[in-house]
Amino acid sequence: MTNQDKHVAELTRDHSDHQQLLDQDTLISVKNVKKYFPVKGGILKRTVGHIKAVDDVSFDIKEGETLGVVGESGSGKSTLGRVILRLLEPTDGRILFEGADIAHIGNRKMREHRKNMQIVFQDPLASLNPKMSVGELIEEPLLVQTSATKAERKQKSIELLEKVGLRASDRTKYPHEFSGGQRQRISIARALALNPKFVICDEPVSALDVSIQAQVLNLMKDLQDEFGLTYLFIAHDLGVVKHISDRVAVMYLGRIAEIAPKDEIYKNPKHPYTQALLTSIPVVDTGEDTIQREKVKISGELPSPADPPSGCTFRTRCPFVHDRCAAERPELKETENGHYVACHLYT
Amino acid sequence: MQSTPQHTFSTDPDNQPQDDQLKSRSPFQLAMRRFLRNKLAVISVFVILIIIILSVMAPVFTDQDPEQTDLFKIEEHPSKENILGTNGQGQDNFARLLYGGRVSLIVGFSAMTFTLLIGVVLGSIAGYYGGIIDNIIMRAADIMLMLPFLVLALTIMAIVDRVTIPFFITIIALTTWPSLTRIIRGTYLSLREQEFVLGARAIGASDFRIVFKHFIPNAIGPIVVNATLMMASYIIIESALSFIGFGIPQPTPTWGNMISEAQNVRILRDHPEAWIPPGFAILITVLAINFIGDGLRDAFDPKSSQR
Repeated sequence: MTNQDKHVAELTRDHSDHQQLLDQDTLISVKNVKKYFPVKGGILKRTVGHIKAVDDVSFDIKEGETLGVVGESGSGKSTLGRVILRLLEPTDGRILFEGADIAHIGNRKMREHRKNMQIVFQDPLASLNPKMSVGELIEEPLLVQTSATKAERKQKSIELLEKVGLRASDRTKYPHEFSGGQRQRISIARALALNPKFVICDEPVSALDVSIQAQVLNLMKDLQDEFGLTYLFIAHDLGVVKHISDRVAVMYLGRIAEIAPKDEIYKNPKHPYTQALLTSIPVVDTGEDTIQREKVKISGELPSPADPPSGCTFRTRCPFVHDRCAAERPELKETENGHYVACHLYT
Repeated sequence: MQSTPQHTFSTDPDNQPQDDQLKSRSPFQLAMRRFLRNKLAVISVFVILIIIILSVMAPVFTDQDPEQTDLFKIEEHPSKENILGTNGQGQDNFARLLYGGRVSLIVGFSAMTFTLLIGVVLGSIAGYYGGIIDNIIMRAADIMLMLPFLVLALTIMAIVDRVTIPFFITIIALTTWPSLTRIIRGTYLSLREQEFVLGARAIGASDFRIVFKHFIPNAIGPIVVNATLMMASYIIIESALSFIGFGIPQPTPTWGNMISEAQNVRILRDHPEAWIPPGFAILITVLAINFIGDGLRDAFDPKSSQR
């Protein structure tokens, strides 16, 4: 009981902060963004349908905040990250970065914004050009975006290498000479070279050993504090996101199922899918603190995004499915302070 | 105790940790090391170098003029003056062999460079931009591949009065560009989906930079290997066309038109010294270039050599 009270108090504080900061401190605002990939068929390669990789997604991220995005493979989370960075063209919707809509601006204008937004990819080997030395890799953003001299670039790359826990002498080495964790540090150094405000982390630790994951996560957290970075942190399980996020969004089949402050998601998950994801995290039973959660199990595969179920897209796997789910698509609605969920159980 | 592994003291030069820590090697240096470990390829490089030296410095090795005809010295057997005898026009076979190497190598190398230029430019455009441009370029390539090379080349040669070496090179390059273009395009298509290319776009790199810094260095293996193998096939093409009389015409000496002398049964039977050396020269050159190509492929793509 006391626990519950404390929890509510915490929430209200969080919420008041949220309200206060909402407008002036929103760094990036995604509004109704859609990304449909056409499906071509027949001899004439006519568009016969669409894969709705990202379907009507909206959220805000405040400056200095970390929004975790969680979902299984094919939920559209990586596509969402790429659309925000305009590595993929959004089909529809608006992306406001520092108040400016970047969803449909030309490449030249977009180049200016790229200084402020960067990405760290999942596979640190695939995301580093194998033919470039570490120095070249880290200095490339400076070369492309600034007029820094060779000496300045070298200086900066050494600084960055030391920031991410590598040595200055590593500058002349090549990516193949490093371990996975070290490569991811190089990726991070490269992403930070231009002092961006916003970094999309596309499953940055999924390819790493568990012991290394924690190190890299801690590094990212330290760098966030030091440089005041804003993260969009994509992951496929709630376990990793827990350490780094302020808020968490759960995606299912291109849509946001639930979005809430971190503590809310973990202690009071509302959407059956979120509950199922939490059930899947192995828990060490320490006897006292373990929250007794109802076990929600789902089975089956993610339906094809080319042909999603009518109404609620989760209904085919939902243990609480009822008639309304097939008929009507649940909207993302606020149930409590800052806790949004798209499920008919709560309306 | 006796079973303590001894391999920590291995004398293998690759297992010297100190050395590796001091000096890190770029992917290119690693490829070079792998190439140099391939004996056949290294020997082939020397063979090609010897052939280049012999043909470039031909005047040093013979004082005969390869184009000088002498009606009083037709089809002579080898002598002190004419080491390999003379041909039907009384031209010195040895001089023609040396000078002919120039033509074969120039044709092979220039046609390869020309094709490479076309292939890299068109392949890059098609592979990078995709869509409609890709479609246009690739359909043009398909049409070129559809036309039988020999018939096309013969037709063009037949129309033109006199085939000069630059013209010959141009014809070869313009009729054989599709294969290299396809290879480069294909390599780009797979590179385009790599995350480091997305990463380069995320920092705002220009298309030009992405092609030259990210695509070409990563496609250099297949490009170099195929260009090398192509050079060998161009030398064969030159010889083949010259052999049937549609190549570079007399009096310019080429290995191909030297062999064409052997179309005459009398020469084939009585004068093996006239056609065996040029045939052997073609064989050695093409073989050596192919070995170098194989060596380069293994060097750039170590996976391919793990048999």
